[in-house]
Amino acid sequence: MSAWRGLSLFVGDARLVAAKDLRIEWRARTTLGQVLPFALLVLVLFGFALDANRPTLRLATPGLLWMTVLFATVVAVQRSAAVESADGARRVLLLSGMAPAAAFAGKAAAVAMQLLVVEVLLVPGVVLLYDAEVESVPLVAATCIAATVGLAAAGSLLGAVVAGVRAHQTVLPILLLPVSAPVLIAATRAFADGFGTVAVEGWSWVGLLAGFAAANAVVGAVVYGPLLEEA
Amino acid sequence: MERRPNARSGAVASAVSLRGAVVLLGGFPALAGADLEVVPGEVVLVRGPNGAGKSTLLHLCAGLLRLSGGHGDVLGCDLHADRAAVRRRVGLLGHDTALYGELSAAENLEVWARASRVAEADVPGALDRLGLPPRLRDVPTARLSAGQRRRVALAAIVVRRPELWLLDEPHAGLDSDGREIVDGLVAAAAAAGAAVVLASHETGPAGGLATGTVTMAGGTLSEGAQA
Repeated sequence: MSAWRGLSLFVGDARLVAAKDLRIEWRARTTLGQVLPFALLVLVLFGFALDANRPTLRLATPGLLWMTVLFATVVAVQRSAAVESADGARRVLLLSGMAPAAAFAGKAAAVAMQLLVVEVLLVPGVVLLYDAEVESVPLVAATCIAATVGLAAAGSLLGAVVAGVRAHQTVLPILLLPVSAPVLIAATRAFADGFGTVAVEGWSWVGLLAGFAAANAVVGAVVYGPLLEEA
Repeated sequence: MERRPNARSGAVASAVSLRGAVVLLGGFPALAGADLEVVPGEVVLVRGPNGAGKSTLLHLCAGLLRLSGGHGDVLGCDLHADRAAVRRRVGLLGHDTALYGELSAAENLEVWARASRVAEADVPGALDRLGLPPRLRDVPTARLSAGQRRRVALAAIVVRRPELWLLDEPHAGLDSDGREIVDGLVAAAAAAGAAVVLASHETGPAGGLATGTVTMAGGTLSEGAQA
């Protein structure tokens, strides 16, 4: 098989898995149904709580935003793993003969798409409600993409790790929170620069996010197959 | 048990060849030295009580379980060396349906077909063969009855046209019409040269299909009466 043919099959399988997961999420609206009310609540609640101190609210904006994204990650990853464990559905991935790395890429891509939807709603939300100003759109956009890929890859990997654990819904957040801490810190710092609230070198934090995303994507692609079999 | 010759062609190339197969599940020997030979075109019924190891046997043949001991060869693939290579060529009906509940029957079969790289155009025909009414094909499978989901799961196997059919209690949850359809599918698959292994704790429904019968108990197989 030529490299081009192999790549084409890989991309086709990943798209199939991602489209399948997104269609399931669209039907069930499990993730967005839980995350969007929470996100709205965070925006409104902190808007009221710190309304008298707008500078503090603007300083806290990146942290609040990425904490909300972390919550969305936990919900989306749990849902993504549950889809494959219900009624033996992971046999589709196993018996089809598709490359496990392609299945992993598809699962992570579907989670990433959901997180991006949340971020696309959150960023205008903080601009409107917190009077935040985006000083560097490219920096904010690059931060969103790199952090989202990192969270989705790490989350999908850990979702597969805990799939066979009886208390997986409890174990997943316990594992995901420390693993995602570097992403949250880097994304918060980069956003602080992007919003012009703190004088830091935002692009260097984006580089860290990209490295984290690449590392988790590679590890996930390598180990997803064995994890899927053991689940 | 001894290898059975193919009744139609006389060919002896085994679809399944297990010798002293051992499978450990959490340290427990779910298969404890099983011997089985199945040739293309043959329908073998594996009988046995609950917990005898029938489902484990089918999952081993599907390449989903690791062979801990003995020899295993399925469709020419060594289960020790490359059990993943077997998977695309087998169809497994388990106790669960391997369907995504939020997707419709047609969507589930399209996912199966595209993932397995077989023609999506066969999906409507497969649902026709399983007798699923058109009005139910766009309904999420979670809303179908257990018997209807079972039919969709069988349709997914039909779409994939496997060389080895592994059916665990295939008549469970089906009405008499559904059982007749399953019998017809199994007969057609065997006539087309596929090997079929049926597992059942009942003799009645599946017994009439089988060209050979083995009995399973305590993780081992012994030869039963030929049908």
